[in-house]
Amino acid sequence: MEFGTVKRSQWRSPSVLPGFGLALGATLVWLTLIILIPLSGLAVRTSSLGWAKFWAIASDERTLKALQVSFGTAFVAALINVVFGVLLAWVLVRYRFPGRRIIDAVVDLPFALPTAVAGIALTTLYAPNGWIGAPLASLGLKVAFTPVGIVLALVFVGLPFVVRTVQPVMEEIDREVEETSATLGANRFQTIAHVLLPGLLPAVLTGFALAFARGVGEYGSVIFIAGNLPYVSEIAPLLIVIRLEEFNYPGATAIAAIMLILSFAMLLVINLIQAWSRRRYGYGT
Amino acid sequence: MEVRVQNIVKQFERFPALKDVSLDIRSGELIALLGPSGSGKTTLLRLIAGLESPTAGQIFFGDEDASLKTVQERNIGFVFQHYALFRHMTVLDNISFGLRIRKADRRPAKADIRARAMELIDLVQLSGMEKRYPAQLSGGQRQRVALARAMAVEPNVLLLDEPFGALDAQVRKELRRWLRDIHNRTGHTTVFVTHDQEEALELADRVVVMSQGKIEQAGTPDEIYDAPNSPFVFSFIGQSNILPVRVESGQIWLEDRPIGVESAGTADGTANLHFRPHDIGLQDGCGGCLAGIVTTSRRVAGKRHVELDIGQQHARVEIELPADHPATEGSRVAFRPTRFKLFQA
Repeated sequence: MEFGTVKRSQWRSPSVLPGFGLALGATLVWLTLIILIPLSGLAVRTSSLGWAKFWAIASDERTLKALQVSFGTAFVAALINVVFGVLLAWVLVRYRFPGRRIIDAVVDLPFALPTAVAGIALTTLYAPNGWIGAPLASLGLKVAFTPVGIVLALVFVGLPFVVRTVQPVMEEIDREVEETSATLGANRFQTIAHVLLPGLLPAVLTGFALAFARGVGEYGSVIFIAGNLPYVSEIAPLLIVIRLEEFNYPGATAIAAIMLILSFAMLLVINLIQAWSRRRYGYGT
Repeated sequence: MEVRVQNIVKQFERFPALKDVSLDIRSGELIALLGPSGSGKTTLLRLIAGLESPTAGQIFFGDEDASLKTVQERNIGFVFQHYALFRHMTVLDNISFGLRIRKADRRPAKADIRARAMELIDLVQLSGMEKRYPAQLSGGQRQRVALARAMAVEPNVLLLDEPFGALDAQVRKELRRWLRDIHNRTGHTTVFVTHDQEEALELADRVVVMSQGKIEQAGTPDEIYDAPNSPFVFSFIGQSNILPVRVESGQIWLEDRPIGVESAGTADGTANLHFRPHDIGLQDGCGGCLAGIVTTSRRVAGKRHVELDIGQQHARVEIELPADHPATEGSRVAFRPTRFKLFQA
């Protein structure tokens, strides 16, 4: 018989942060209610289709084109957002100028604005008879009612994601690291390219992933500016809605399932890259 | 390379950080800028590096006016207290950075860069760690990488800003000895900033004591310790006692008694007597001496540290005695300072 020893399960190690069991339990219940049950409903619906029918819908020309438009435009928009989002974050973090606070606040507007409003505003501006659209049209460039218009709308809604993920990391850049780079003979451009940007990479990736994910799922702003031409500027979320309106529920869920799988796979890859770079360079430790 | 600092003035907003500072640093010298925080020592170092620009004055590297050059053009090596390593680069990439980014016409061949970096890794005793990332190194190892990185560009002058400040005492001591060794082998002109007087005295060829934006005294560690030229230097370097005394007809008086010490060449009047705890001689009787009651007596390593209450309102006097001296609390001890300095009050 042993006295005074408390038997602990191997999963429980003494900790100064108690409540792990409770916290994890609550988290899992919440995650299940909010995300997993609705998504598994999607899986169940889709699986009732049968493989042959599912494949028929998935390989349908219109579905493929819609997915291509959605993921393609979201990808391009996220790339553009990375470039200008990092630049914007840099200006906000590094320089002090009158109106900085206002610009800082303006960045968040796409979060708050109803996306339909954004879509309508952009369409009005970029339509062939709009303020910006008309001069562009005279140059032979068409923005609204083409995939370019979709990219424009997605850039608008995705911008804050990049700025807000990169900004705090940028604020913590050690001045001394830049100074060291300069003392070693690096000019400004070299310091930015070789020293600063690689350090921002994990944050930039996160911002990219968020903007991309948002772009893939965006509906409200896009449908106004896209023109919604099947095979050309019809996005997958719109196609889902169209199928629903036709009471073709299996068709809608099948497209949704494909989007889900693709998105999850891409986000997982991005997350893995991030985890790898964090571990390696010791960020966030 | 020789570095000449000439009448440098640096003003931050309204705050004068340096007031007309001049300093000659000889080629190959290891020099310490020592002072309390706010004395301007780091500002002086950053001015030499070109990380700040002077409000007035000039800095020469050899015969060239470096004040006209940018940081990049000065070709210096700078090491920060917190290492400032590039976290996304391996040890090897960190060290070779300065060579890799050079313009093609001044850049050594790839193999040469690698060889030079490996040589430095060897010199700083990090062999076998060239593929590690900074996150995988200890503080002392990181600082050695930072030093190797600074030396890779063959700098005109090596500038170290509190290089051991973030390390614990043991590692500090070890790195100090090691830095001295590296300096002897490579012969780079080196300036380092420290607020640790022991570090300055142990490591430097010459110590520059700074206070409130001015150089108080510059000299060898012995000169600084044995012949401090101001009350500030005397009390900043090492332990010291200060007593307000009176000089009268060649004798030093505390209150109404002579303390048995002659005031060689000091004008009559009030003055402050500075002396170090170990620069005293015990007296048996007390014809003319300092005497007091022991308030605390502690054995510290090979010495006995004794605090004396010498009466009146005077601060306690601390003296060092042999470890076996039988001074107990409440007993009376009489002594005379054997080496001392008088400064006008």
